[in-house]
Amino acid sequence: MALKTEEMVLNMGPQHPSTHGVLRLELVIEGEIIKNVTPHIGYLHRCFEKHCEVMTYPQIIPYTDRMDYLASMCNEFGYVVAVERLMGIEVPERVEYIRVIMAELQRIASHLVAIGTYGADIGAFTPFLFCFRDREKILNLFEITCGARLLYNYIWIGGVMHDLHPDFIRLTKEFIKEFRPNLKELNDLLTFNQIFIDRTANVGILPAETAINYGITGPNLRASGVNWDLRINDPYSIYDRFDFKIPVGKGENGTVGDCWNRYYMRILEMEESLKIVEQAINQIPDGDVSSAIPKRVKPPAGQIYSRVENPRGELGYFIVSDGSVNPTRIKVRAPSFVNMVVFGELCKGHMVADVVAILGSIDIVLGEIDR
Amino acid sequence: MIYDWLYNLTGSEMIAIGIQSLLPLYLFILPFALVAVLLERKVAAHMQDRLGPMRVGYHGLLQTIADILKLLQKEDTVAADIDKKFFDLSPLLVFAGSYAAFAAIPFSGAFMGSNIDLGIIYIIAVTGLVVAGILMGGWASNNKYSLLGAMRAAAQIISFEIPTLLIVITVIMITGTMNLYTMSEWQTGYFWNWLIMGGPDLGITKILFIPLMVISFLIIFLSTLAEVNRTPFDIPEAESEIVAGYHTEYSGMKFAMFFLAEYANMFAVSAIVSALFFGGYQSPFGYLGNLLEISWLIPIEQFFWFTAKGVFFVLVQMWLRWTLPRFRVDQLMSFCWKYLIPISFVILLLVGLITVL
Repeated sequence: MALKTEEMVLNMGPQHPSTHGVLRLELVIEGEIIKNVTPHIGYLHRCFEKHCEVMTYPQIIPYTDRMDYLASMCNEFGYVVAVERLMGIEVPERVEYIRVIMAELQRIASHLVAIGTYGADIGAFTPFLFCFRDREKILNLFEITCGARLLYNYIWIGGVMHDLHPDFIRLTKEFIKEFRPNLKELNDLLTFNQIFIDRTANVGILPAETAINYGITGPNLRASGVNWDLRINDPYSIYDRFDFKIPVGKGENGTVGDCWNRYYMRILEMEESLKIVEQAINQIPDGDVSSAIPKRVKPPAGQIYSRVENPRGELGYFIVSDGSVNPTRIKVRAPSFVNMVVFGELCKGHMVADVVAILGSIDIVLGEIDR
Repeated sequence: MIYDWLYNLTGSEMIAIGIQSLLPLYLFILPFALVAVLLERKVAAHMQDRLGPMRVGYHGLLQTIADILKLLQKEDTVAADIDKKFFDLSPLLVFAGSYAAFAAIPFSGAFMGSNIDLGIIYIIAVTGLVVAGILMGGWASNNKYSLLGAMRAAAQIISFEIPTLLIVITVIMITGTMNLYTMSEWQTGYFWNWLIMGGPDLGITKILFIPLMVISFLIIFLSTLAEVNRTPFDIPEAESEIVAGYHTEYSGMKFAMFFLAEYANMFAVSAIVSALFFGGYQSPFGYLGNLLEISWLIPIEQFFWFTAKGVFFVLVQMWLRWTLPRFRVDQLMSFCWKYLIPISFVILLLVGLITVL
């Protein structure tokens, strides 16, 4: 006699330890096997894009901080680059260097959170705290720079809020010196741990073709073996002056594009970011940081789409200006939102535990998905 | 022996047995759980570059007491549509299962809750109650996470009982007894008489036994680790996947019962491992009491050694917990059925051959 079985609908979130924020996943499961996943988003919607239409251009900067709250500096950077291109502002050398240093430090901090929480998702809690210990040092660097630890409002149109702290260069050098051994320790503890590899390798495989079709960007795309990084492929600011490599997934422990590869991309990218920061703090020229800040930000009528490489992928700003002090329309291409789309497809046929592993490896930030 | 002393004092067998069987609970499990919870937090903290609890008492020594006071005061929240009877029964059953195991654990030559001839088999049987309790709690909670956790727990505990039992049978074949007290006495003397070093009988068998016993020890340690749901096998309560597993819906004292049972269990399996392979309560270097000719000192020393060995393995469990990630359900099962069980069968056969020859 065949036993009658039925599928179970499991509601994961919005209050759940590992949905990385207020995401609700509707899982249809058969035993522990996933049949279907429906993500429900919108719990953190703050009308960012509509709100921008009633604000002046500089007033929008603090709001961009709150999208991807783990990479605020990069968000500001992207927005400011877009407005500057629209207005045709050339910024001083020193400002460019400061921005690159901040963006790369922010990338390390953001990847540290991604890696740490990923470890916690897989069940290893200690790497999580190790990562946050190191991130703390970066946040301290930001704090002496602009007084804030998460939402900076530091990068302004045409410049930065104010110059670097006199100790900044020394402290950054110290941080780099301390961080390299810590990264190795993290690798020993988590990255090459056999249980961790068993849990993540060959799970949630994202082939290059699917990734491109879905518009996946950032480490997730590179993990699938596609060499695409806007810092090289569509250079902005002064990234063309630095010597760094773009890590690409090779499938060392499983298949190209699996969870382990996506995780490992972030480790490698942190090393590359360290290299950029090192070069930048050695080359940084003296000079003024506020000479190019316009008194009134009033871009000419027109529109622009400008994109930067955020820790999570391509962050694009589409700005329409009618020549007034308020933008007519701002549309954000949020990398987390686009990366999230492929999630349901990756999960099918895996187990409940893998949902957490796949979600963590895609590394979403709900503030950016919902905006 | 404590039983004789109690019997002379009270003049009643019933009262003497009653008091003696309650002693491990009050003298050992409750204080141990208090210490172990704090220890776990401190071990975790220091492994993670933190300080851990520091506010209550000197270096947070009274933190667990504060926690218990908090748990006692908490409202016993109950979700809608639960199966009240089983919901209330489950923590009791889980706690009773893990507590009952302590009855047959020989704390020292002079004291064990109850000297049962089937000791080790009794322990394994009675800890089976825990599975029933967990399943009951998971089902009665009317929560899908609890149900998933309970199902995982049942599958895991029952599968891992097989390698545990196979190794226990191997040990029984060597020692010729199921009584943990006799087993500990058999390993008397110095540490090279322990079973992990091949047992007290000198000769070729001792050398042959050493590698087999080391492997057996590893197998039984891993499988008992899985039975008490500790990392890397904490799948039934994997908080990043299924929130808190079978005890998601419990709060207040009922939750504390599960918690207490977990720590009692941790010590119970450590005690079994040390009783089987590490000489139980026997001292590795001889006794101070023998040296000074104070006979009452020996049982106290034995108690010390037993606790020390138990706590050592508890510390190893904590160390593993804060180092390793977690397995997935299917990996755990294949680990058990494809590796542990065949290897323990082979060991059983080899040991059988060696003892026959």
